[in-house]
Order: sequence, then C-alpha cells, then structure tokens
Amino acid sequence: MDNDKKPKGSTRRQFLADSARMACGVGLLGLGLGLYARHATALPPAAIRPPGALPETEFSGACIRCGMCVRDCPYDILHLAKPEEPMSTGTPYFVARQAPCEMCEDIPCVKACPTGALDHSLTDINKSKMGLAVLIDHETCLNFLGLRCDICYRVCPVIDKAITLDPQSNARTGKHTLFIPVVHSDACTGCGKCEKACPTEIAAIKVVPLYVAKGQLSAHYRLGWIEKEKAGGSLVAPEAEHRYNMPEGMQYEHGKGLSVVPPGGAESTVPQGAVPPAPTSDAPVGLPRAFQGGKL
Amino acid sequence: MSALPHKPGAEAIAEKGWLAAHKWLLLRRTSQVGILLLFLVGPWLKLWIVKGNLNYSYTLNFLPLADPYLLLQTLLAGQTPEKLALIGVAIVLLLYLLVGGRTYCSWVCPVNLVTDFANWLRVRLGLKGGAHLSRTTRYWILGMTLIAAALTGTIVWEMVNPVSMLHRGLFFGLGFAWAVILAVFLFDLFVMRHGWCGHFCPVGAFYSLIGKFSLLRVRLPAREACNDCMDCFAVCPEQQVIRPALKAINGTGPVILDANCTNCGRCIDVCSKNVFTLGWRRGADQQIISGVPKSAPK
Repeated sequence: MDNDKKPKGSTRRQFLADSARMACGVGLLGLGLGLYARHATALPPAAIRPPGALPETEFSGACIRCGMCVRDCPYDILHLAKPEEPMSTGTPYFVARQAPCEMCEDIPCVKACPTGALDHSLTDINKSKMGLAVLIDHETCLNFLGLRCDICYRVCPVIDKAITLDPQSNARTGKHTLFIPVVHSDACTGCGKCEKACPTEIAAIKVVPLYVAKGQLSAHYRLGWIEKEKAGGSLVAPEAEHRYNMPEGMQYEHGKGLSVVPPGGAESTVPQGAVPPAPTSDAPVGLPRAFQGGKL
Repeated sequence: MSALPHKPGAEAIAEKGWLAAHKWLLLRRTSQVGILLLFLVGPWLKLWIVKGNLNYSYTLNFLPLADPYLLLQTLLAGQTPEKLALIGVAIVLLLYLLVGGRTYCSWVCPVNLVTDFANWLRVRLGLKGGAHLSRTTRYWILGMTLIAAALTGTIVWEMVNPVSMLHRGLFFGLGFAWAVILAVFLFDLFVMRHGWCGHFCPVGAFYSLIGKFSLLRVRLPAREACNDCMDCFAVCPEQQVIRPALKAINGTGPVILDANCTNCGRCIDVCSKNVFTLGWRRGADQQIISGVPKSAPK
C-alpha cells in the first residue's frame, strides 16, 4: 500500500477506501464460501455418518475433521471426505455397500470424538440411528420375486426387530407365500449390514440418511388402535351392526357377492353348506396377515 | 525490490561456515519433516505415536492437542467440544504463548514447506514483481471465516483450508487436495511473493494474534554491528518485522516484537555480523544497551 506518501489530510479517506475495498473483496469470497457450504451440507445418500452423529447441519459445525473416529474404528470402515467429494471436506463417513458398521458394543468411534459431533450420550449401539435401511427396489428383491433369500433378515444385528419377514400371498402363483422383508425404523440402526449382504448385483435394500428415508405423520394424526389400547377400550360408541338393504329374496356376502337366499334360509344366518366367512371379515382383502390380528 | 548484489547468506557462510549459516534452517526443516513423520508412521507402519491431524491430535493416548482457531470456529458455529479438546486447546495456547504464535507457521505447518519451496524457486528463477496486496488481508479473511462460521453454523473455512487439507490428506487420503496445494505453490511462485503465508492464510493470522504476547523472540543484541547488507531482509518471509528493531525506529528495543515474525531464525543464519539471536522478550521497550559484544553467544 502506498498511502504513507499521501498528505496527512487524505490518510483517513485513503484508510476508509482501503477498508471498503478489502471488506468488499473478502466479503465476496465469504459469500462464495457460504454458498459452497450450503451445498456441501446436504449429505449424499450413499454416505452414512458414524454412530451418534448429530443432524447434518449441526454436525458440520461440530466436527473438527481430526479423523480420530477413523483411527479408532477397529474395522477401518470410516473415511474422511476428500475435497472433491460432495460433502464437508474432512468429515467422516462410510459406504454401507463397501463396508458396513460392525456395531461395536463399546462404540470406540464415539469415544474418540473430541467434540460433540458424535454424541457421547450414545452408549448403547443398538440405539444408534446412522441411517435407515429401505427395501428400495421391489422389482429386484429376491423375496419379492418369491424366493426365500432372506439374507438381509438373517444378517441384521437386530434380527426380528429391525427387519421382519411378513408373509403375503403370492398373487402370481396363487398358492405360494411371499416373505416380504419389512424394516422397522424404531429398531433399525442403519448399520448397513443388509445392504452389504444383499446378493443382487446392485443392492435392493439400501441404507440412506434418515432425512431421505423417513416420512412423518402430521402432528394432529391419531392412530385409532393405539389410542384404543392406551384407553383400554373403544373411545367411540360401538359401531352399529352393518346391514345391507337387499332386494327381497337376495343376500350379499363379503367376497362372494349377491346370491339368492336359499329356500327356508334366514336372512342373517350363514347359508348352509357355504364356507364360513373369514373371522376378520371387516378387514379388506389383501391386507398383510400381520395386521389381521385381533386388534383390528 | 532491486537486484541483490550477492546471494543472501554468502558472507555468513564465508564467516561462520556452511553448517552454522544454516543451523536454524536445518533445525526448522527437521522439525517440519519430523512432525510429518510422527504422524505418518501411524498409517505407514501401524505405529500409533500420534493419531489425528493438526486440527486435533492425541499423542501416546495421553496428550491431546487442538487447534484454537478451529475450536473458536466450532464455538461460533454454536457447538461445544468435549473435555479433551478443551484441554488440547489450553496446552496449544500456552505452548505458543511461550514460543511465539507464528512459530506454528515456520516450524509445524506443512504448507510452509510448499511455499518456502515456491519462494526458493522464485529466487532461483529470478522471478520478480507480481501482484501486491496489503498484508492485512489475512486479518480480513480471518474475520470473514469467523463471521461465516457464526452465520452458517458450519465450519466454512475447513472446506477449503489448504493447511488442514494437506496435513489431513497426507494421512487420510489426499484426493484432489493436491490441486489446491499446487495452486498455492504456483500462486506463490508466479503471482505473489510470500503470497499465501504472508498475505492470505487466516490460520497464520490467528496464530499471530497469540504471538502478540508470546515470550520467545528474535533478539538483536548486536544491532549496532549491522552493516546494512540486507541479507536478513532478503530471506525474511515477513520483511516488515525487522526494521523497527534493527534500526531502533521510535526507540524500539533490540527485540522483534511484531506478531508476524515466525521465529524461523533464518535471519540469525544469514547474518555474518551475528546481529540476531533467539531469546526472551524482556527488555523489549528499553533502548539499546551499548557495548554489547559483537559476537553474542547463541
């Protein structure tokens, strides 16, 4: 800067001009960086944060990119993001399809974290929420195709809680059962073992960040059967018995349709010789059997 | 700058011998490379003396060290670190209050190896001139990074910081960080003399703020022996720091007090008159004491 050669009267003016120039230049740089930062805080779907990681926007403020979690992971699954990767440079992640989290009981990665980026209050690895497994492709999942692959279900560290097999009738064959893997978000830790083990060329079940995977009911929604359970009984007046208004001499049976009342048959009784109606005749056809229990 | 009449340090080599005229440079390179090696033997030989990187490291499962600039950004982003990181910051702050803030730049930072090489090549190739910018730019950038951290809630600077990018990259995978480092190298070589470390780097700017109060300083016990050969000026990465102490401007004592002196010690090496030495900051404000022996003990 050459302002010390100027006469004294103009030094303040010069100072202000220099400051303005600097503030504008650096401000522009800051604006660019800030916008870049906004882009980089959206985690790509294949990148899963270690257990206990804070929500993404907080994580990128808390993580100091030291790599201690990477070092203390006994299975070496974690990487630090390189500058060209579409997330905050230097932050840790793993790719489930390459190497899933082995869910160590002592959670060494969280213990190693010198900041709160990996939440130290997480002491039970089964409570971690690294992401959520989603059976994303129904067209290639072998169980959906009618096979008993079941691998995702078998390898799940929280078997029968995070993934269950729900039997459904196979409409294609008409006589077989599909064992549909169903992920339950309350138990799934997002470790990615299912994605790693999926035998198809590209995994049909994938772990994705929670914000991608999870929907949310509106706050005012109430699930009737849960409210009923909580209250210990029905919260509404018992439903009136359903009646069909039929032409004389006709009757209607769910699943069978209209028929002529057999001679001498009473209106409301089951026709003689006919198959008795399903015990849960008020449930629509095709509902998974798991939902057809007594609670509905 | 006008062409130098001779190669800086030639007189010192003739007077003191090559080794003595490169003592601090050799020590400094040993420190820089040694620190890198300490970090590297972990991933290379699975010998974990130090884990982590310059942002935060844990030595022998005992000694935490953390970068105060980074922790400040975390705090501004609204996050509170755990105990070990806070202890680490306290240790680092105390250390640099003792040995001088920007000592980090010349004795620890890996980018210094890159920019020193760029400057060495610049001199060898006889490249002169280039862009000029105020050395206060780094403080503006420092301020900007802190404001950006507070506004966005993320550590914005860490996404582009060449210092941590290089150091982390060496042990965790470089990726395209090499391109960033190459850009810094080429910038220092062709565009601006001491461009990155001397003008832009907010990490260095932050450490210079610690260095305002630090104790270890370059002293000039024999400043009246100066023969104005300008060698110290030629090798100094922060040339503006020498003159006040050397020429007793406004009664400055024989101690370099400028916060941007990196304590690299190169001026001590290249001075054939042994004007410089390393010592404590005491007597900084006193006038020069006459009659100091010409060859002051190291």
